[in-house]
Amino acid sequence: MTASDDPDRLPDSTPSDSTGPESTAAPPSGMARLRRSFFAPSRGQAVVAVLVGLLAFAVVTQARITGKDDIYAGLRQAELIQALNGLQSASRKAERDISELEATRDQLLSRTQRRAAALEQARKEVRTLGVLAGTVPATGPGIRITVEDPKGDLSLNQLLDGVEELRNAGVEAIEINDRVRVIAQTSFEDDDDGVRVDGVALKAPYVIEAIGNPDTLSGALQFEGGFVDDVKLQSGSVSIKKEDRIQVTVTRTASKPRYAEAVPGQ
Amino acid sequence: MIAIIGLVVGVVLGLVLTPDVPLAMEPYLPIAVVAALDAVFGAFRAFLDGIFDDKVFVISFISNVLIAAVIVFLGDKLGVGAQLSTGVVVVLGIRIFSNVAAIRRHLFHA
Repeated sequence: MTASDDPDRLPDSTPSDSTGPESTAAPPSGMARLRRSFFAPSRGQAVVAVLVGLLAFAVVTQARITGKDDIYAGLRQAELIQALNGLQSASRKAERDISELEATRDQLLSRTQRRAAALEQARKEVRTLGVLAGTVPATGPGIRITVEDPKGDLSLNQLLDGVEELRNAGVEAIEINDRVRVIAQTSFEDDDDGVRVDGVALKAPYVIEAIGNPDTLSGALQFEGGFVDDVKLQSGSVSIKKEDRIQVTVTRTASKPRYAEAVPGQ
Repeated sequence: MIAIIGLVVGVVLGLVLTPDVPLAMEPYLPIAVVAALDAVFGAFRAFLDGIFDDKVFVISFISNVLIAAVIVFLGDKLGVGAQLSTGVVVVLGIRIFSNVAAIRRHLFHA
């Protein structure tokens, strides 16, 4: 190591310059010189004190600066550029992540929306079909037909005709005597003192509640030679009342078809 | 003893005054501190060798600090400031170690 040639080591390399009191004495050990000078203040010591104090001051200041929270304050340009580059690439990566996650979120959202729409569609269809199949209660405008049969002459045929006329007129839900819901599969049978609809014995007076266009429905029953005339021929009487709100409350459970199957893909 | 008093006074002043270093000087202060440390250790070694001279010490102290600052300044201008200041710190560190080794030999004969 050639450190002894450096300017700082001038004290070393210029022994002739140092004509201090220490050098004139017999060459004592370093420890002894230190001990002696510790209690003998001199001009040189004052100078050293000033410079050492300056150094201590600078060290404390620098340590304080370094300990401050602003980590970028003391950096030079190249280091700042490096730090900036690092931050930029980090933020680019974060932005990429954000856009990826947003795309995923949108995808999931649209999928959820599609599913919700399909579900809503299916629910609507279930309600619509439920009205027709008689599995849900229904309400709406329609007519209330009251058939009186004081002599018991009314036969099943007249009643069936009436239901058929209603069906032709586009009825959507029928209920008889608040006890039987009439649907596509409903059966009508004769009974001793009345009729049996789907196995439920009904007696006159028959109250048929039908939901549909009130004018169309009542027209379908009242034409010449139609249901009303027919009942009157059998010495019965019919009164038809149009209403804004008919309540069909009787429901029935849907039975699964045993033989028919839906054609897939329709 | 006066030197030790000076050290204590410097530390206390630094803690009490909490001076703000000008932004332009900020990169040079740590290097200057290391250079001054080197000068102080060199002076202590010279003192133990019996060849200490206060004039030489003052000159070496100041020139050490100035040269270190100039080297870092030049390095900043040339675009190698970070590397050059690292180099300066390494060189000064090696010198401090060798000086301290000599001091140790003087004081403890080991």
